[in-house]
Amino acid sequence: MRLPLLSFQVAADQQGSLTADIMELQAVLMAAGGGSRMTDLTYNTPKPMLPVGNKPLMWYPLNLLERVGFEEVIVITTKEVQKMMVTDPKMKVDVKMKLDVVCIQEDGDMGTADALRHIQQKIKTDVLVVSCDLITDVALHEVVDLFRAHNATLAMLMSNAHEFTETVPGQKGKKKTAEQRDFVGVDQSGKRLLFMANEADLEDGLSIRKSIMRKHPRMHIKTGLVDAHLYCLKKAVVDFLADNKSISSIRGELVPYLVRKQFSKTTSSPKIKDDAENQNQKTNDGSTNHELLISSRDEPLLQLAQERSCWNDHRGDMSEAYHGGKLRCYVHIIDQGLCCRVNTLAAYIEANRLAPKLFEEPAVHPSAVISERCQMGSDSIIGALCQVADKTSIKRSTLGNSTTVKEKVKVTNSIIMHGVTIEEGCNIQGSVICSNAVIGRGADLKYCLVGNGQRIEPEAERTNEVIVGTDQLMEI
Amino acid sequence: MADSGVTDEPGSKDDGHRAKTEGKELTKEEKQRLRKEKKQQKKNKEKKDEKASQESEKKRNREEKPVSAAAPASQPPTQPSTQKAPSAVPAPAPVPVPVSETPALADKPAKSKAELKAERRARQEAERASKQASTSKPKAPPSELQPVVKRLPEHVQVDNPGVLKKLAKKLERQQTPGCNAATNVKIPLRSDYGYKVSLFSHLHQYSRKAPLTQQLSIPSTVIHPAIVRLGLQYSQGIVAGSNARSVALLHAFRQVIRDYTTPPNEELSRDLVNKLKPYISFLNQCRPLSASMGNAIKYIKKEISNIPCQCKEEEAKSQLLSSIKCYIDEKIILAAKAIAKSSIEKISNGDVILVYGCSSLVNHILCEAFEKNIKFRVIVVDSRPRLEGREALRRLVQRGISCTYVLISAVSYILPEVSKVFLGAHALLANGYVMSRVGTSQIALVAKAFNVPVLVCCETYKFCERVQTDSFVSNELDDPDDLIVTRKGKTQLEHWQDVPSLGLLNLVYDVTPPDFVDLVITDLGMIPCTSVPVVLRVKNVDQ
Repeated sequence: MRLPLLSFQVAADQQGSLTADIMELQAVLMAAGGGSRMTDLTYNTPKPMLPVGNKPLMWYPLNLLERVGFEEVIVITTKEVQKMMVTDPKMKVDVKMKLDVVCIQEDGDMGTADALRHIQQKIKTDVLVVSCDLITDVALHEVVDLFRAHNATLAMLMSNAHEFTETVPGQKGKKKTAEQRDFVGVDQSGKRLLFMANEADLEDGLSIRKSIMRKHPRMHIKTGLVDAHLYCLKKAVVDFLADNKSISSIRGELVPYLVRKQFSKTTSSPKIKDDAENQNQKTNDGSTNHELLISSRDEPLLQLAQERSCWNDHRGDMSEAYHGGKLRCYVHIIDQGLCCRVNTLAAYIEANRLAPKLFEEPAVHPSAVISERCQMGSDSIIGALCQVADKTSIKRSTLGNSTTVKEKVKVTNSIIMHGVTIEEGCNIQGSVICSNAVIGRGADLKYCLVGNGQRIEPEAERTNEVIVGTDQLMEI
Repeated sequence: MADSGVTDEPGSKDDGHRAKTEGKELTKEEKQRLRKEKKQQKKNKEKKDEKASQESEKKRNREEKPVSAAAPASQPPTQPSTQKAPSAVPAPAPVPVPVSETPALADKPAKSKAELKAERRARQEAERASKQASTSKPKAPPSELQPVVKRLPEHVQVDNPGVLKKLAKKLERQQTPGCNAATNVKIPLRSDYGYKVSLFSHLHQYSRKAPLTQQLSIPSTVIHPAIVRLGLQYSQGIVAGSNARSVALLHAFRQVIRDYTTPPNEELSRDLVNKLKPYISFLNQCRPLSASMGNAIKYIKKEISNIPCQCKEEEAKSQLLSSIKCYIDEKIILAAKAIAKSSIEKISNGDVILVYGCSSLVNHILCEAFEKNIKFRVIVVDSRPRLEGREALRRLVQRGISCTYVLISAVSYILPEVSKVFLGAHALLANGYVMSRVGTSQIALVAKAFNVPVLVCCETYKFCERVQTDSFVSNELDDPDDLIVTRKGKTQLEHWQDVPSLGLLNLVYDVTPPDFVDLVITDLGMIPCTSVPVVLRVKNVDQ
């Protein structure tokens, strides 16, 4: 049974328990992204509501937050998604947290950092930013513990990427390897983030400052990491964003900036302030970048404790713990376990394969009507109100809600979204069929992507094609 | 509202009552039970030759036990019942008295009127005596040294399931009171890890990879975020060392007090103490509290309970904050200055000083001595698995002091060069023993064998009323995986858990007898080791 949220906001007449003023972390879910790398799928359905394992995509990060103990989440999204959220049964029933939905314009100009700036008034304490397309079962306390124990400014989550093994519909030829790689430099312990840059920003090679090398002589540079877009940020960072309107994306600009700032000369001298509440910001060198004030009350006491403590985070040189730096960025890299960002078609298919393992719901929805002579593999998922006729075979596939499958249909390795009708005798393999499509009888689809509401004519034979409407083709 | 200590055992009412007044549950019960048994045996013997001398027995017993509620014992009619009732222990009387009444009633037809009267009188006396006894209880704790002396807080008895159950119940009871009672949020219990060496199986052994935060919700609502952060820093060793831990604890408490608001029908002086109890349990589970932290907590609790009722909340809070700051300034910072001043008299030119591990106080002293341009050099002795000496070495060399670094296995080799040994202490026990990092007693022993003076530097707030003569009874077990080391790519102990007869022991503290310590330098002056009880007595009188 959950406490009603009111108990947190009305501080005065409660029993002196923790009030809203001393909440430790606030969760923010970024669900306004457009899914620019999978336009075929997101043409009709906004990315946060794409069904993965018959649940909307944004259910997964919300479930993660709920499991860990959050009671309230600020969701930044578009009006369209908000409307869909309200009508979707899964969101209403399964998500018990209080969702504070903030709508922003759909024109796509607002970056994630801009969105944070937009809700700056609501942010009262340190913030945990999650992207709506993250599907993971990581133990979140590992990331937050790094944030707490080292009093870090930024703590993020990354995972060792696995190659996608499924064939992606519509992909011709081998996968392009000239993707933009991320170079991530960590220290010897693998926790402290020293360097972060994208290949696009490095024109003529990777250059590392001497000051970093002097402080951390051993650096591991990794390129195969997937950024989970889960960040713990100090409140001071949000306030800093409010003043620096030039930063518009968390991942693209803010994180590299913070990582660089760890080693810049100005932040290594401690700024001791008696009263951190008055943010008297003075511009240092006339530039528009205001100083990121990392200070807290009782700074001298903390200093004293650190001085007296016989612990150091590194050894071999003469400097104190953390090299005296106040700005620290940490990363938690997971090797095992599921951590998947659904931002491409390949990732979407992979997610559909892996997501069902995250929850223990029965694979077949109780309201689905499955005839006895249907061969269904154990790793298939059937949504609500489905109708599956005789002599069908469904293996390693996901069927959305209200889908009708007629006789003698073979569905293998595919993802069928909601409201699809598949006529008799079809053979669908390795494909993605979007909502409300109709597949005519006897069609044979291999590794195809059928867009929203499309009709495939009977006896069609398509292989490795993306079948979308002509108006969709006009979109770039 | 306060914990009343009600358990399911028989005589629980009294335990709770006594616990309210005294706060000691476990050992008192044991004593009680022993006394009960003794009295039972005695009564059995007496009953045999009792029939002849009933009257005289009655008179004698009445005289002998005036105040105690042993009156039922003096009554022959109630004799069968006294086998159940302990005589000399006042407190359990209320319970046995009703117990004794029922068999007495059963014997009624056999007794005469006079005997019944005597019975009734005895019963009244017993009840009166028990009421008196219970109110006079606080004045007569039987075998304690001083009224304020407390025994070892929770005898850590990890291998005793009864005690563990009690601890679990205690943690449950310490949930945040009030509105959260419905949701039954509680402080989680941290589970032990790995096989424990049998001599130390009564202590907890936790793994660093399984922090307590695993079982807490992420935006920590039960426990104040500053305390969660502190607990994490303790368990990961980021804040280590007696002084650092105390300062960090007081800093966290300052934040807690700042964010505290008194609930409407409660008093700050009582409610805040109850608020702090679950935090202290939490911190204790992250890492067992040190003696200095214990003293700091006692001080804070005393300050909080001394706040007058009519004091306004803002005033009270600012008063508390300033008293905490005062405590740190006096007991830690100024004490360090005073100790440095006295120690510098003991350091002369040309000295070779041996230090062990990383003691913040000793480092401070050496740095101050160096500032005063005394020419000396330092030998830093270090030991696995903590290897804290490296940090001490760094701090000293950074100042410009010339240092030598050895491991503890080379101590007897290097001692002929040494003129003095300076040791830091984690706590000074009431019998003069010094509790410090494991290895200290070895250094002191070897130094004694070489006739090198050993000086222990310790602030008075680390003085502790505990008495200990060995390092087994009360100690701390660190993560056994710290002992695993990889050399040349091979980790021999990697699968130590698979070998059933292998146990890894990572002790943290040991006790040094006062024979090996020549002088203790405190902020009250330089005292011999055996004068610690005097200092404690003086401190208690002051308080």
